Amino acid sequence: MLKGFNFRVIWEYMPYFLEGLRNTFLISIVSLFLALIVGVIACAGRLSPWRLVRGLSIAYIESIRSTPLLVQIYFFYFGLPTLGLRVPELQTGILALMLNSGAYIAEIVRAGITSVPNGQIEAGISSGLNYFQRMRFIVLPQALGETVPPLLGQAIVLVKDSALLSMISVMELTRVGQTLTSERFMPAEAFFTVAFFYLCIYFVLKSLADWSQKKLIFREAY
Amino acid sequence: MMLFYFQRLVEILPFFFKGLWMTVVVSGISLALGTILGFLLGIIRASGNRFIKPVIGVYVALIRGTPFVVQIFIVFFILPDWGIQLAAFPAAILALTILGTAFICEIVAGGIKSVHSGQWEAAASSGLNRYQQLRYVILPQSLQTILPPLVGQYVLLIKDSSVVSVIGVVELTRVGWLTVVRIPEGLMVFSLVGILYFAISYPLIRLSNNMEKRLATQQVML
Repeated sequence: MLKGFNFRVIWEYMPYFLEGLRNTFLISIVSLFLALIVGVIACAGRLSPWRLVRGLSIAYIESIRSTPLLVQIYFFYFGLPTLGLRVPELQTGILALMLNSGAYIAEIVRAGITSVPNGQIEAGISSGLNYFQRMRFIVLPQALGETVPPLLGQAIVLVKDSALLSMISVMELTRVGQTLTSERFMPAEAFFTVAFFYLCIYFVLKSLADWSQKKLIFREAY
Repeated sequence: MMLFYFQRLVEILPFFFKGLWMTVVVSGISLALGTILGFLLGIIRASGNRFIKPVIGVYVALIRGTPFVVQIFIVFFILPDWGIQLAAFPAAILALTILGTAFICEIVAGGIKSVHSGQWEAAASSGLNRYQQLRYVILPQSLQTILPPLVGQYVLLIKDSSVVSVIGVVELTRVGWLTVVRIPEGLMVFSLVGILYFAISYPLIRLSNNMEKRLATQQVML
């Protein structure tokens, strides 16, 4: 099956693979950080008492969740120039990833917040806490723990999603594989190596997610 | 100018509907195959034997840990090295089925495990054989937990089918990509593509949400 699998080429291209890995890593971290901000804002909008704000947030979340990421990437990649905006591929990609993950994170945060029982909030009101105090001292401390495992799950999805940026020629891990394929025509060497690196990231994040899940269950049990 | 392009876009609308049909066909066939195989593997994983279980576990981890683009490149570029030459369409079906099977298998295994073990014992002591226990006692109960995430998974698969455009299957995303070269209005073209995806995904998302709600109230009433 792996007859003639050329390890020399992999070794030769290792610097490129490592650079691709680093870029995938950086893209994912930056997008995740921005997506967290977008997600929290969208979630606040989703739970807002004003109908207009709520409507806009719902429209954003639902339109992102029911269209493919690749279409969103192309939308910005081909769309921004028609608005006269010349944005480099990398920034376009991060924008698309940020908005995409933001919508999913908004739902994760919302699930966390609504998991706090109403009685807690009522207890806060009758203790004379105002809205921000209730959020700060009662709702968020309970909601945030709840959101950690699904957020790590979303981080896994985000790392895998960042592979689609190769379609708009951002030099991340998958793109390095494509380059090796087109320069040497060695797709097996290229994509098995790429897959290996993704699997490494996956197992690290997955064990983190499992660990945080376990911790959460233990905390609840006590 | 924009109006002109809009008219052009309306003229070639049938091309988009063809793309939509291709998306429906590709994802429909892989969904059907993935559901059958996923149920089989899920049942084996939940109840089965010590040797096959870890094999399924490794398969699921490999699929969940790597991006779908990389998987499709492996299917399309590497299988020919081993003497399996596939055209773009069957390669797309194969890759999507492999993906869908892995995720559905997890959902089914989770659903079966969520049924209380006393149910197995009760079914066994009623004189049902292994198949009858599964068919008449366990599966009907686990369907409650399986169905909502299963439909959610269908939405994810339909969205993932956009990625098969990279190997040249002319489905909806590919149609958008081909159109944007002639009609350089990226926002307009990919909004249309997004709306068509929305039209098939959103009803399924609503269905999944409703099922979840209905099943939740059903359980409370029991």
